[in-house]
Amino acid sequence: MKVRLLYFAVLRDIAGRDAEELSIAPGTTARDVWQTLRHSHSKLAAYLEPPMSAINESYASPDTVLRDGDELAFIPPVAGG
Amino acid sequence: MTYLTDSPIDAQDLVRTVMRRSDGAYVLFEGVVRDHHEGKAVESIFYDCYRTMAEKEIDAIVKDVSREQPDVAIAVVHRLGHLVVGESSIAIVCASPHRAEAFAACRAIIDRIKKTVPIWKKERGPGGEEWVGWQC
Repeated sequence: MKVRLLYFAVLRDIAGRDAEELSIAPGTTARDVWQTLRHSHSKLAAYLEPPMSAINESYASPDTVLRDGDELAFIPPVAGG
Repeated sequence: MTYLTDSPIDAQDLVRTVMRRSDGAYVLFEGVVRDHHEGKAVESIFYDCYRTMAEKEIDAIVKDVSREQPDVAIAVVHRLGHLVVGESSIAIVCASPHRAEAFAACRAIIDRIKKTVPIWKKERGPGGEEWVGWQC
């Protein structure tokens, strides 16, 4: 299965890219993807809990199981307005 | 309707798009880049955004507030990209036959936008640049 992971704001700076395709096993949740990111980027290591998660442009629980083709984004605290 | 722009905001133009002959008042809110944040000097702000989701989130807020205040006509535009001190990052116009509903709607919209719409800002000043909220 493949999902597209989008990076915004501080997460884009840390990842050094806007987006990437991830190959995931069936049953993988947004929280699982966050744990992978924490292990890949030392700046995220201290963040045990993911920020808000969005799947296919809507807020979703981090425990949502991802489906093939989903678009996932982690939403750091927002600061619009 | 698009709620996002990369260009300077013309608030009076937004007012003209909203006002009806039955309106006796409009409330215009503009958020403006200020020269400081938490004791640090700010020269400019870069606004980043998850555009497709932000459009949906703002639209949902506008529709919710329209249901709560059915007499109010609403327009919202948020600017993205690089803004300097004094420039407007957001304009909200709420027009209504009477002022109370326009004030209430405008307040509700900006408060909800600040809570849920996926927009972020990176402040730049003499000391460097920093994302607001989560620096990591």
